[in-house]
Amino acid sequence: MTTLLNTIDHVFAKKVCSEHQNKPDELLEILHEIQVQEGFLSDRVLRTVSKSLNLSRAEVHGVVSFYHDFKKEKQAENVIKICRAEACQAVDVDKLIADVESYYDIKMDNGGGKVSLETIFCLGNCALGPAVLYKNDLYGRVTLKAVQKMIASTKGVKEQ
Amino acid sequence: MIVNVYVPCDAAALSVGADDVANAILKHSKGKVNIIRNGSRGMLWLEPLVEVETPKGRVAYGPVSVEDINSLFASNFLEGGDHPLLNGITEEIPYFANQERLTFARVGKIDPLDLNDYQANGGLLGLKNALSMQSDEIVDIIKSSGLRGRGGAGFPTGIKWETAGAQPKGQKYICANADEGDSGTFADRMLMEGDPFSLIEGMIIGARAIGADKGYIYVRSEYPHAISTLKSAIVIMEDAGWLGDNINDTETNFELSVRIGAGAYICGEESSMLESLEGKRGQVKVKPPIPAISGMFGKPTIVNNVLTLGSVPFILAHGANSYANFGEGRSKGTQPFQLAGDINRGGLVEKAFGVSMEDLINGFGGGTKSGRQIKAVQAGGPLGGYITPENFDVAMGYETLAEAKTMLGHGGLVVFNDTANMLNLARYAMEFCEIESCGKCTPCRIGSVRGKETLDKIASGENIEENIQILDDLCDLMEEASLCAMGGLTPMPVRTAMRLFPNEFNNPIVVS
Repeated sequence: MTTLLNTIDHVFAKKVCSEHQNKPDELLEILHEIQVQEGFLSDRVLRTVSKSLNLSRAEVHGVVSFYHDFKKEKQAENVIKICRAEACQAVDVDKLIADVESYYDIKMDNGGGKVSLETIFCLGNCALGPAVLYKNDLYGRVTLKAVQKMIASTKGVKEQ
Repeated sequence: MIVNVYVPCDAAALSVGADDVANAILKHSKGKVNIIRNGSRGMLWLEPLVEVETPKGRVAYGPVSVEDINSLFASNFLEGGDHPLLNGITEEIPYFANQERLTFARVGKIDPLDLNDYQANGGLLGLKNALSMQSDEIVDIIKSSGLRGRGGAGFPTGIKWETAGAQPKGQKYICANADEGDSGTFADRMLMEGDPFSLIEGMIIGARAIGADKGYIYVRSEYPHAISTLKSAIVIMEDAGWLGDNINDTETNFELSVRIGAGAYICGEESSMLESLEGKRGQVKVKPPIPAISGMFGKPTIVNNVLTLGSVPFILAHGANSYANFGEGRSKGTQPFQLAGDINRGGLVEKAFGVSMEDLINGFGGGTKSGRQIKAVQAGGPLGGYITPENFDVAMGYETLAEAKTMLGHGGLVVFNDTANMLNLARYAMEFCEIESCGKCTPCRIGSVRGKETLDKIASGENIEENIQILDDLCDLMEEASLCAMGGLTPMPVRTAMRLFPNEFNNPIVVS
C-alpha cells in the first residue's frame, strides 16, 4: 500500500545504490539487483532509489514501467517464460502454451500463485524451439511433459 | 592416458541437456577424461554435440543424451569408435566443412575463457597490429575491407569510425549492441558465449581508432549465459593487461563494462540503446545529431553490432583484402546466417555474401524438420519480409534481399511450413509492434494498434475489401512517417504476407 507518511528507507535498496556510487546512469543495474533479491520492486524500494540517485519518483516510475522485466507486484513462485516469437511459432508454440495453460489452469500473462506463464520475445534458441526460460535456465524443444518435469523438480509445487 | 572430451557450454546446448551429459561422461570415465567446455560448433540439431580428441582429429557424436553414455563407452568412443551417433570428424561434416568461417573461426573450437587457447588460434593478432598503427590507418583498413553494420542497417563501419574519430579529442565511447532481439537470430549470443575475447578485441581496436577510453556491452537480459561469460572474459583480459591503462605498453587506455537490458526490444535501436545505457526509458531520439557526433551523455559514441565488432580482429590480423575478397557487390565479407524455425538442420552457417537462399534453406538446412512443405521463409527478423520457395534463388546480400522485398537484417532465416496462418502472422507483427513500441511517434504507437484491430476485422470477415484498403493506407503511413525502423518496417511482413498469400486475407478462415 502506498502511504505518504512511510518515508523509511529500504535498507537493501539503499545499500545497492551506494554500491553503485548512487550513479543515476546505473539505474537499470540497480533495479535488476534489487529485484533479484526482493522478487519485485515495492513502493518503498522505488522511493529509496529515487532519493539515493537524486531522481524524481516520476523518472524512476517511468523507467520501471517502460521495461518488461521490472515488476511492481509479487510474482508467482515459478514463472515459466515461454518464447512467442516467430521461430517458436513456426514449431507450434501456441499449442504448447494452450497445453500448459489448461494443465495448470492458468492464463498466459495473467498471474498465478504457484505457477505463472509469461510471454518472452526470443531467447536466442531459435533452432531448438519451442524455447522456455525457467529460473534462468534455458530449455529447448519443450513439451508439456518437459514443463511438468521442470516444475516438479522445484520444491513446494504440488503436482496435480 | 587422459582423453580430451569437448562438451559445449553454449546456452542452446545446455537447453537440451549438455550439462547432464558432461557430468555423466565424467562420472562414467573414472578419471580417464578431461572435459573441456567449448562453445557450440553451430550444428544445433546435433546438440549436445560431444567431441573426442583423437590423433585423426576431433570426432563428433550427437545428439547425445544421458541414456547414450553407457553405449558410447561400450563402443569405445574415447578412441573414436563406431556408434549410431557417430558423425565422423567434426570439421569434415559437410555442414561445417562447406562454410567460410572468419568471424566464427574459433567458436566451438576453443574453451571460450582460455586466453592461451585464444592466442594459439590467432587471437590478439589483430589488436597487436592495431596497437602499432595510427588511428587513421585502422579506419582506412576497415573502410577498404567493406565491412558494414551487421545489426541490419548495413551502414559502412569505417565511415562511422571516421566520423567519431574526427570529433575533437575528449571523452568518447564505444558500445557493442548485444540486444539481439530479432526472432530467428542467435549469432551474437553464440559469439559472446563461444568466443567473447574476439568481441572485446574488436572493441579495443575500435576504441583506439576513434580515441575512446570507455566502452559498454549492452546485453539483453534474456541472455544470462552470455552475460556471465562476458563478465568473466573482461576480468581475464584485465588481469592479462589487455584492458585498463597502457594496454601492451602503449598509450591506449580502455575500460569496459557490461550493461544489462531489461526486456525491451526497441533498445536494439541505437538511440534507444544509448538512452537505456544512461539509465533512462529506452525512447528513440530524433537524428541528427548522429551518435558518432553526439551520443552517450552527448559525447561522440560508436554503436556497433556484436558481429561487426567480432569481425574487426580478423580484418586487422589478415588485412582488408583478405576480408573484402569474400562476398559480392557491395556486400563484402561473410555473414553468419542463422537457420531457425521448422528446419531439419537448424544452426549457424557463416558464408560469404552471395550464397543463395536455396543453398542455405534446402542445402545446409535440409528442408523442414516436420517433413511438410515449406510455405514461406521470413528473412531479417520480425520486421523482415516473407519469401516463398519460388524465389529461393535470391543471393544473400544487403541490396539483393532489398530488391526481393525483404531484408538481410541480422542474418536470421525462419522457416514456416504449410500449416502457417499468414493472417495470424501479420496480426502478430502488428501486435509485437504494439507491445514493443517505445511510444515516441504516433504512426508506430497507434498505427500498430489500429493495424491489429483491422486485421482482426478481416479475420472475422467484416468488410474485407474495405479493411484491406485501410490496412494498406495504414502501412503506407507507418512506413513513411515512423521515426525509426520499428514502426517503419513492421508493415514489411504484413505487406509481403498480403502480397504472397492474398487468398488468406480475401477469404480468411473465419473462426467463430
